Amino acid sequence: MSNASDIPFAKTTKYIGAALPRATAKRFLFGRGRYTDDIEVPRMLSAAFLRCPYAHARILAIDTTNARKFPGVHSILTGVDLARICRPWVGTLTHFAGMKSAPQLPLAMEKAVWSGHPIAIVIAETRAQAEDALEAIQVEFVELPAVVDALDGLNEHSALINEAAGDNLIYATQIEAGTIAQAFEDAEIVEADFIFGRHTAVTMEPRSILANFDPSTGRLDVHQSTQTPYQFQDVYARHFNLSEANVRVVAPDVGGSFGMKLHVYHEDMAVVGASIISGRPVKFTADRMESFASDIHARDHRVRARLAVSSEGILRGFDVDDVTGVGPFSTYPRTSVVEGNQVVRLIGAAYRVTDYRAALRVVAQNKNQMSQYRAVGHPVAFAVTEYLVDLAARKVGLDPFEIRRRNYLTQDMYPHTTATGYQIERLSLEICLEKLHEVMDYAAIVAEQERLRRTGVYRGIGIATYVEITNPSPAFYGVGGGHVSAQDGCILKVTQSGEIQCMISVTEQGQGTEAIIAQIVAEAVGTDIATVRVFTGDTDMTPAGGAAWACRGAGVGGETALQAGKKLKKRIVEVAGAILHCPAHHLTLVDGRIVDAQQHTRMTLRELAHLSYFRSDLLPAGRPAELTVAHHHGPSGFPFAFTNGIHGSLVEVDVETGIVKILKHWVVEDCGTVINPLLVEEQIRGGVVQGLGAALFEECRYSASGQLLNGSMADYLVPMACEMPDIEVYHVETPTRDTELGAKGCGEAGTAASSAAALNAVNNALSVFGASITQIPMTPERILRAIGAVG
Amino acid sequence: MKCRGFRYCRVLTVEEAVESFVSCEGEARFLAGGQSLLPALNLRLSAPDLLIDISRVEGLRGITLEGSDLRIGALTRHVEVLHSPLVAEYAPLLARAARFVAHPAIRNLGTFGGSLALADPASEFPACVLALNAQIEIAGLSGRRRVAADDYFLGLYETALEPGEILTAVYIPAGRTWQRVCFDELSRRRGDYALAGLAAQATFRDGGEVLTALRLVFCALGSKPMRAQAAEAALLNTKVDAVAIEAAQHALSQDLSPDEAEDLSSAARLHLARVLLGRVAHALREGAC
Repeated sequence: MSNASDIPFAKTTKYIGAALPRATAKRFLFGRGRYTDDIEVPRMLSAAFLRCPYAHARILAIDTTNARKFPGVHSILTGVDLARICRPWVGTLTHFAGMKSAPQLPLAMEKAVWSGHPIAIVIAETRAQAEDALEAIQVEFVELPAVVDALDGLNEHSALINEAAGDNLIYATQIEAGTIAQAFEDAEIVEADFIFGRHTAVTMEPRSILANFDPSTGRLDVHQSTQTPYQFQDVYARHFNLSEANVRVVAPDVGGSFGMKLHVYHEDMAVVGASIISGRPVKFTADRMESFASDIHARDHRVRARLAVSSEGILRGFDVDDVTGVGPFSTYPRTSVVEGNQVVRLIGAAYRVTDYRAALRVVAQNKNQMSQYRAVGHPVAFAVTEYLVDLAARKVGLDPFEIRRRNYLTQDMYPHTTATGYQIERLSLEICLEKLHEVMDYAAIVAEQERLRRTGVYRGIGIATYVEITNPSPAFYGVGGGHVSAQDGCILKVTQSGEIQCMISVTEQGQGTEAIIAQIVAEAVGTDIATVRVFTGDTDMTPAGGAAWACRGAGVGGETALQAGKKLKKRIVEVAGAILHCPAHHLTLVDGRIVDAQQHTRMTLRELAHLSYFRSDLLPAGRPAELTVAHHHGPSGFPFAFTNGIHGSLVEVDVETGIVKILKHWVVEDCGTVINPLLVEEQIRGGVVQGLGAALFEECRYSASGQLLNGSMADYLVPMACEMPDIEVYHVETPTRDTELGAKGCGEAGTAASSAAALNAVNNALSVFGASITQIPMTPERILRAIGAVG
Repeated sequence: MKCRGFRYCRVLTVEEAVESFVSCEGEARFLAGGQSLLPALNLRLSAPDLLIDISRVEGLRGITLEGSDLRIGALTRHVEVLHSPLVAEYAPLLARAARFVAHPAIRNLGTFGGSLALADPASEFPACVLALNAQIEIAGLSGRRRVAADDYFLGLYETALEPGEILTAVYIPAGRTWQRVCFDELSRRRGDYALAGLAAQATFRDGGEVLTALRLVFCALGSKPMRAQAAEAALLNTKVDAVAIEAAQHALSQDLSPDEAEDLSSAARLHLARVLLGRVAHALREGAC
């Protein structure tokens, strides 16, 4: 591994670090996007699902006799039909010792475990016909007591969701480092109970799948709105007993994903099974209500936490309890415990704290499944941490900036291992903090806040630090037996006219992956970016790899592309050397031209390709011939590349109505080498909006009987443009030395601490009333109750 | 979801529409702007056998001054109410409220009459027509009749419209220059259903200081647009000073007893109604609407 300082890409190169618009944007503006639901194939059928109306119910009988007679209906399958051809899946990983989860099949068998659990699939000529038939299916249910609140689920008299497990505890773990009891002795102690509501991804494009099984060859062709095609190739091959080489998964254009589209869903498995059984292509696209009821939800934590601080404002130790409700089973194949695990391991990560205790309990409930969603665990961890740090600052009379200055990890401390065992290569916490102080014009907004307060206007200023996990090694899933690749592969080929085609395993969901890969390839090969085409999302075309998750596209995929590009450049120069009878080390490639040491153009890449492909008779025998290279790269060195940054939030709270207006948001971020600042800033802003949505608006609300109350866009509130402030983004670059590129991830940084910053800002505004709020979303009612306006 | 199958016909006169309705075997619905009906069909909350498209019926469109009334045809789009100079002059309350009605895409298609025929308790226009003491014109088999807004809104999505009747127009007493109107609402996001909304029309005398006539109508706080007569009484014949406003806010519990809804308790809904009343009363006093 070369040292990043040898390769100052970010500062001096033509494409890496350049603010280039992405080529694909134009296609979408032209209305030429092609999503899974746009794909029509001959003989295609549409699927619709009958879902359990109860949170928990035994299924005594299903009668499809009448429904089968409806016009256009091809067939109706129930749990037993699909159980014959699908091996159950279990969402556990071995490195989460002791975790347990019930085996899952495509459709509910003897009981259904959440309101929305699919019970039968109707496949018909049209979706409308399939829905007509659904209404005629008769199901005999016996409603069972439901576990709705995670804490209730731990009660020994609670109803059991997975009877075989004996309780509703899916996983528990404890962390203890240092001497926690001592840390809390003779210290000031601040503490709080937090509630983090459930929210969900709300992608513009809902989940969609088109499965096409050919019984003559055993070939399964799946088009799916997913971020991880290779993972699904493996899942479908293993669970339907197909040859993996005969399974193709294609992700066409994907309209947002955010982690939501990498989990195994019952509907997807049922659609694949239905295609296998019927021998017909079968398509299913979730409607918005189905999305709310079945796309994974996120968060749902109750955290009780304490922080010990010295009278000088030195943080001494954290003591944390997290109970998280994850739905009826652990999600496959990545489990539903990663979020809680990251909550209890990330708290306090930015600070010099060695005394630490945390306990995590992951509990089953009769609600929709909960699993990894953008910034997995981070928003919870940093809301807890940063709220307590602010509280500690108030307790000892320090400004929020000052207490962070006194406690951050500093440049002389790296590499650093946190109290919870995370190894951190290098962060730039104190640099980001001072930058934020400057760009917020902190003194001025504090003065304005005080002035306005005298006129009855209550503004709040909040800051929140994050440390984000990116570029994961197999430590995340692979070591626990998960079939989830942490490496990526890239094939580069020179076309007949000297352009470059790049087939890479990282994928595109709108974030600009293909754009940065093109920039890196053009840079590494030494050619014009206009001649580079990037192809992703097709298991028949690209090498196998991890695709998009945990902020790895730039760091892992980018490094793969960089090394592949260097390999191709070397190969091109060797071929050129053979043609030109010139030692290869005297030649290089610049902007698609082979130049010699005197910078004279000796031939173009176009000429080289022409000769190689059309006039090989003219070339010397035994010359290197391959103008296609492949390269794979997996993270090595540190298990994760930690990034860092800090958010600032300025809000105004209407203390009569409890309505919060966000006036401004700032982020200073450090994702290492910035490949394209426009795209990094888009990622940060989009992430901030999702975090602010969680802070103020988004919540999947359930009734006491486990019914989702707000399954539509009218009552599940996502932040809209009118509610969002200007979001200013600033960069600090601390490249990782584990790779030549030096890039870390940036996709989750916006979400990681924006809700924490907003929480701190609202609390800053409420502090004059002696009030505080520790629940998100901070709805008008909750704010009114916090300040006592509503009793 | 996809809607269930239905038959569709387009009619060009009110008589034809009524005829199609009464001769339909099964359930028939009138289709105007479709901004509430079509989502209900797609969610299969409603599954009529016949949709009677009245959107091109003659004479149901347009805003005119007829004597001392402003007539708003039922098919007038929300956006037309928003931008109409006649509305701005003679029923400015509607122009103010129109800004709060959903989003531009919905305002471009949704109709004024459709909003009143549906009578969603959270909608702005029903509260406004009640505050403005309007007359609702209804056509049916036996001809046309007019119903006072006071007698029109009966309950949750329930109005004086009988099956087969069509709301054809609304007649609003043209506003007087000395009247003051105000519309305001609280919502978490711009364009959302209101947490609380309030339409008010007031008359002041004695140099504009003493309130002598007032209609306060809340939306999103009950099963229908809610007239707040106890609060009105507390403000009448006062200078709408702080004491009077507080008394009106206190009296509001006699007018409103909202159920727990969405993620708001009944106490919080009443609190928000009181806050809104305070703001609207203040604005009326200052003439700052």
